[in-house]
Amino acid sequence: MELVLTSLLFFALVATAIAIALVRRLFAVVMLAGVFSLLAAMLFVLMDAVDVAFTEAAVGAGISTVLMLGTIALTARSEKQPASYSLVPLVIVVLTGLVLIYGTLDMPNFGSPDAPVQQHVGPDYIRKTPEDIHVPNVVTAVLASYRGYDTLGEVTVVFTAGLGVILLISGLGRRPRRRKREED
Amino acid sequence: MDHHLILRVITKILVAPILLYGLYVQFHGDFGPGGGFQAGVIFAVGFILYGIVFGLRRLRQIFPDYVVHRLVALGVLIYAGTGIVNMALGGNFLDYNVLAEKGYQGQHWGIIAVELGVGVTVFGVMMAIFYSFAGRPPSLDDKEW
Repeated sequence: MELVLTSLLFFALVATAIAIALVRRLFAVVMLAGVFSLLAAMLFVLMDAVDVAFTEAAVGAGISTVLMLGTIALTARSEKQPASYSLVPLVIVVLTGLVLIYGTLDMPNFGSPDAPVQQHVGPDYIRKTPEDIHVPNVVTAVLASYRGYDTLGEVTVVFTAGLGVILLISGLGRRPRRRKREED
Repeated sequence: MDHHLILRVITKILVAPILLYGLYVQFHGDFGPGGGFQAGVIFAVGFILYGIVFGLRRLRQIFPDYVVHRLVALGVLIYAGTGIVNMALGGNFLDYNVLAEKGYQGQHWGIIAVELGVGVTVFGVMMAIFYSFAGRPPSLDDKEW
C-alpha cells in the first residue's frame, strides 16, 4: 500500500514538474509549484518525516506561493517564448540525472538500520532525550537543545536574509512613522 | 478585492483558526511535530491572508513596518538572550539545565524560550518580505489575473 502511494506521488510529482516546464502562464506555474510542494510534503509524511513535511507545506506551498504571486504582480504574467530551442540543456539534465541515479546505487537502502546516519549520534539522541529533556518529540530536542548553537545560527541566517530583503527592496527611508511625523 | 464577497467571508472565518493553529504549533512543538519555524510561518500566513484580501493598508494598521522590523531582531535577541541568562546563572551558553532546579525542567523552559525566539524572528521576516513585495505599486490590474 505504501509502495503504491509512494509511486503514485512520485508520478504526480514528475508530472507536475513537466507541466511547470511546459506552461507559459506564470500564474499557472506558481499554482503548480504550490501543488509540487504539497505533493512533496505528502511524500515526506510517508517517509515519517512529519516536521519536514510540515515545513514544506507551510513554506513551500504557503509563503513561497504568495511571494511568487507578489513577484508576478510586479513583473509579467507570461513567460517569453524562447527564440530557439537547443538540445544542450536537455542533454545536461539527462546526464546529471543519470549521474545522480548512479550515485544512489552506493547508498544504503531507505530506512536501513545499517546506514551510517543511523549509527553515529542518532541513537544517542533517541536514547538520552527521555532522560535529559523529557520531551516526546526528539526532533525538537535535537534542534533546540542538543544542537542549540546550530539553530541559533539558522535564526541568524533568517534574520540576515530578512534584513537583506528589507534593505534591498522595501526602502527604509519610506518608513510610515517618519512620514507621519513629517506630515504633522 | 472589494468585489470578491466569497473570498472575504471565507477569509474572515479562516484567519482566527490559522492564528490559533500557529500558537498551537508554537507551544506544542516539543510534544508534536512543528516548532518555532513552522509556527512563525503559519502565524504570518494568517496575517498575510488578511492583508491580501482586505488590503495592505489595514494590515499595516495592526502591524506597522517598524513593529515588524523590530520583531525580526527581537527573536534573535530572545534566542541569544536565553544563552546569556544561562551564563549569568553559572552555566554554559545555551545550557538550559541551570534555568530550573531539575535539569529537565530547565530544558523545558529553555526550549520554550528559544522556540519563541525562532517563531518571532521567522514571523517578522515573513511579514517584512511580504510588505516589501506587496508594498510596491502593482503593475497589474485586479482583472488581469
